[in-house]
Amino acid sequence: MAGMKKDLLGLEGAGEKEITPVLDLAASMKEVMGRQVKKVPTLRGKTVVNLFYEPSTRTRTSFELAAKYLSADAVNISSSASSVVKGESLKDTAATIAALGADVVVLRHPMAGAPHLLAGSVKPAVINAGDGFHEHPTQALLDLFTVMEKKGGIRGLKVTIVGDILHSRVARSNIWGFTAMGASVRVCGPATMMPADIEKTGAGRFTRVEEALEGTDVVMMLRLQLERQQQGLFPGTGEYARLYGLNRERLALAAKDALVMHPGPMNRGVEIMQDVAGGVQSVINEQVTNGVAVRMALLYLLAGGGPGEAAD
Amino acid sequence: MRLLIRNGMVVDPLAGTTAEYDLLIENGVIVKTGRAIQASGAEVLDAGGKIVAPGLLDMHVHLREPGYEAKETVQTGCLAAARGGFTALACMPNTDPVVDNRALIRYILERAREAGPVRVYPVGAVTRGSAGRELSEMADMKDAGAVAFSDDGRPVASSAVMLRAMQYAGMLGAAVISHCEDPELSAGGVMNDGFTSTRLGLKGIPTAAEEVMVARDIILAELAGCRLHIAHVSTAGSVRLIREAKGRGVPVTAEVAPHHFTLTDEAVEGYDTSAKVNPPLRGKADVAAIKEAIADGTIDVIATDHAPHTAEEKDVEYDLAPFGMVGLETAVGLVWTELVHGGVIGPARAVAMMTVTPAEILGLKSGPLAPGAVADITVIDPWLEERVDPGNFSSKGRNTPFTGRLLKGLPVATVVGGKVVCRR
Repeated sequence: MAGMKKDLLGLEGAGEKEITPVLDLAASMKEVMGRQVKKVPTLRGKTVVNLFYEPSTRTRTSFELAAKYLSADAVNISSSASSVVKGESLKDTAATIAALGADVVVLRHPMAGAPHLLAGSVKPAVINAGDGFHEHPTQALLDLFTVMEKKGGIRGLKVTIVGDILHSRVARSNIWGFTAMGASVRVCGPATMMPADIEKTGAGRFTRVEEALEGTDVVMMLRLQLERQQQGLFPGTGEYARLYGLNRERLALAAKDALVMHPGPMNRGVEIMQDVAGGVQSVINEQVTNGVAVRMALLYLLAGGGPGEAAD
Repeated sequence: MRLLIRNGMVVDPLAGTTAEYDLLIENGVIVKTGRAIQASGAEVLDAGGKIVAPGLLDMHVHLREPGYEAKETVQTGCLAAARGGFTALACMPNTDPVVDNRALIRYILERAREAGPVRVYPVGAVTRGSAGRELSEMADMKDAGAVAFSDDGRPVASSAVMLRAMQYAGMLGAAVISHCEDPELSAGGVMNDGFTSTRLGLKGIPTAAEEVMVARDIILAELAGCRLHIAHVSTAGSVRLIREAKGRGVPVTAEVAPHHFTLTDEAVEGYDTSAKVNPPLRGKADVAAIKEAIADGTIDVIATDHAPHTAEEKDVEYDLAPFGMVGLETAVGLVWTELVHGGVIGPARAVAMMTVTPAEILGLKSGPLAPGAVADITVIDPWLEERVDPGNFSSKGRNTPFTGRLLKGLPVATVVGGKVVCRR
């Protein structure tokens, strides 16, 4: 995985050999989460800093709980509360955090490549918790874990990602992750929200959702950012829902046992209908649970634990 | 003071000749040419195996002074030019304040006289403050020494303003140098729109952002009867439009920067801010089209778009880094390595693209290498190899994507007014 030795920056270039151990370890971590006392001393004495330059409740909380379940000390720094607003540079902030003794820095940043800049300049391990439109590797790993758990494997599955592919780091990480694990990926969305040359990633490109859903095993709906309407990228949520919203009829085009996924937070009634989001095929809540397990596994691997002594 | 340049292969694009002869220079002027000139007491520059060319002229440089002296000054920019083999340069007006009046043209010329070892020709702004609304006092600036007009860096968005600017400049016989970019199509973009931008999650600048403005400006120049020079062409589509316009006799010329015929957008890989430049590095097909256009004459000039920035400004998130890279000290090496040794053009044409052609566009003289001419001369060793080391740059800017690249064909002596201002 791009620099999995020290950091987790993205899934592009990652292979099955790198991804599978993370998913295996996440399974052990999930077992810990199912215990009465869901805490192990594995990372006692380690410090995890969540450095968030974008508002995020679920990802930040997920990392914080993951750190705490492993007995690490977790600190959250968000852009409004830190010297970020005073104009301190990312590299200086990172150097300060490193000097304070952090072992892992979890970075969420609105600009693509910010984690790379950080990883190149500080000693602590850097986990990319989402950088601009680039990657969100922990989300993709939790999605892979969820599908693995439900389907028993990933090779040969058809995965369809629907929505604003252009601005989606979730889509990019999932394209790399699922492709690496042997699935075939389709992406679907309005032409105005489709990145250039996306098919060179190996993903199939669709603008008609009915075609994209045909026979698919996994349907991943992306959140529609409503401000894209002001930017002129789509005419309105009503038409968007009519063209792309996942309803029962559309879901019926997918495989009978297709999984419905969403990285959240959802715009119910826009990209996904209430009955589908809460339906039997939906694994949206499990994604959230699995997110903690996957992040526990990653923190464990990057904060300097050794394989085999996890969750003992 | 006498200088004898001996045994060189003299490339004289004005005469259209390439021949081995000596040049004797006295008091800044070439006084004698011929074989085996004897001149006792003269300083001798042995150019055996080397190319002796008229002094190179870079028609697209950002000297940053006044206003951005941390990036570059007239002095350091001129030293960089001399080290890069340039005896003259034209500097763009996007300083602070913008060079949009007679006083500022005079200021630049004055600074150059005090500080610079090379000749400096200021380009004046097309509109006041380069704000794209009112015309600047172009006639005044031309009187003071402006050689062309441009809102480089802040392209004129309004077609109506651009038309009037061209009509006015055309009346003065000056060329308008256009940085072609539709600001709405490029808004927020930080690199070429393509697979690399998709992979990196960076906002793309489509080739169309340049091409729609190339098309517009060709149409306006035709209407206005103004000479139009398209700066830093980066796309295959622009090349097509320019080729077509030239075919119809539209008075359009075009330049390309060395990075645009050397690198593709893949250089941005790893979020390398030294590869962040505007117009952005493009795809393989664009680079191929540009080389073809250099070979067939669609592209007239090689100019660097030398754009120095401080290390601090570039050592940030890719989105936040300013556009631009330095070019003066790598240009000749890249032209020889990529174009001459690369088999795209011969040395005579390479010399012409950096001497007489830009000089003609700006209404300046370059050469001939004959008695009576001012002795601005560049000596190039086509076989000398060196790895690019920004630590050796004379420019304040170290923002180059070419660090460590092996260049073959380098300037070894820069002579301005008969004086050797730089030697390697």
